[in-house]
Amino acid sequence: MAINWYKYSSPASFYSLAGKMIPFFAIIAFGLLVAGLYIGFFVAPTDFQQGEAYRIIFIHVPAAWMSMFLYVVMAIWAGIGLAFNTRLSSMMATAIAPTGALFTFLALWTGSLWGKPMWGTWWVWDARLTSELILLFLYIGFMSLQAAIDDPRRADKAGAIIALVGVINIPIIYFSVQWWNTLHQGASVSVTQAPTMAETMLTGMMIMVFASWMYSIAVILKRVRVIILERESHTAWVADLRRKGAL
Amino acid sequence: MFFWIVQRDLLLAVRRRSDVLTTLFFFVIVVSLFPLSVGPEMNMLRTMAPGVVWVAALLASMLSLGRLFSNDYLDGTLEQMLLSPQSLSFLVLGKALAHWLVTGVPLVLMAPVLGIQYDLPADALFVLTISLLLGTPVLSLIGAIGAALTLGLRGGGVLVSLLVLPLYIPVLIFGAGAVEANMAGLGYDAHLSLLGAFLLVSLVFSPWATAASLRVSME
Repeated sequence: MAINWYKYSSPASFYSLAGKMIPFFAIIAFGLLVAGLYIGFFVAPTDFQQGEAYRIIFIHVPAAWMSMFLYVVMAIWAGIGLAFNTRLSSMMATAIAPTGALFTFLALWTGSLWGKPMWGTWWVWDARLTSELILLFLYIGFMSLQAAIDDPRRADKAGAIIALVGVINIPIIYFSVQWWNTLHQGASVSVTQAPTMAETMLTGMMIMVFASWMYSIAVILKRVRVIILERESHTAWVADLRRKGAL
Repeated sequence: MFFWIVQRDLLLAVRRRSDVLTTLFFFVIVVSLFPLSVGPEMNMLRTMAPGVVWVAALLASMLSLGRLFSNDYLDGTLEQMLLSPQSLSFLVLGKALAHWLVTGVPLVLMAPVLGIQYDLPADALFVLTISLLLGTPVLSLIGAIGAALTLGLRGGGVLVSLLVLPLYIPVLIFGAGAVEANMAGLGYDAHLSLLGAFLLVSLVFSPWATAASLRVSME
């Protein structure tokens, strides 16, 4: 069955489609979250080196992965919006940014909570931590640029350019930071340990990754619906919704 | 047309000398604040010097970005540039070059003097100057993107720092890294090669991204 992409690139029809998809993704996210946390806290064995403290990886690793993944997705949507001038793609990019920033912050926060018992310090200038911090700066730059521009079309395009410049720069920044770190011989600890994990730990972690993924989709769709309403508030279909009492 | 833009911007800078001097003195003052805040212990100052000079150069170059397009924007020249049959990327490159000549080059020339204040050895001073010479044009080129995107926005000055400073990080790492490597007795060629690579990459991509940003901001 061919999907009519053009139909759903219109904010009006996507609005109702997103409305139907949100419960679906939200329920999956909730189910996976419960399952993942259960495995993480009750099934997975205690780590012989790190004790119970390692259990933060069930939040930390999914958050770190999502933070990077979402930036790329955001840049792709922004790029599509810039290239094809599709309003909805740019709205998607705008909707992704806060969730991405949230995951970046979560990754940094849980990372420091993990670092304290493991390395005895809240923060080390490790390559990964530093790049994650810079990623947070990039998200904040994107969001503040869009927030500063009143005209939504200009905000979309300006945001798209800075997102694309950022995505080109991410590998450069990552490798610079890594090299900088090895030159300085690190703060005596390294986060890169071999990923030898018990089977159940890995299962729990992967379930949590999918849970965060589904959560992101649900939240982003919800946010994009709000953005659509805000931008289209002058149109007839929104007025219709309002009359029907659907808002 | 390219040289005309460069010449015009330089002429404007000469006519308004205070702008250039403000940036330069900002650089000098920031660098001089560090010994006052951390103490005049020479060994510590020597290890800090490359980083301090580079961060101050970053900030000074960033502060002057506001002037890159805003005057042309206000008096309508920028609109004429957008309408001209010349490629906008090329014109933007001219403006970035002029910006570098006006703000970057004085920093490069001043850096060895500040390095002496920090008791850097002669060869470290040389590496510092070379690294700034390669790195400051990259700052102007990347900064042009941020300046173009924030054109005419309220609070543009602070916003440009949020956009541009994270992108400056690789230049900072390798610029300051070259001097540190030299002082540690290691080779600094790799750092300088990478700075040169950044310069070439930004020469190719930045005018193009800046031109796109200007079109977005001006429509």
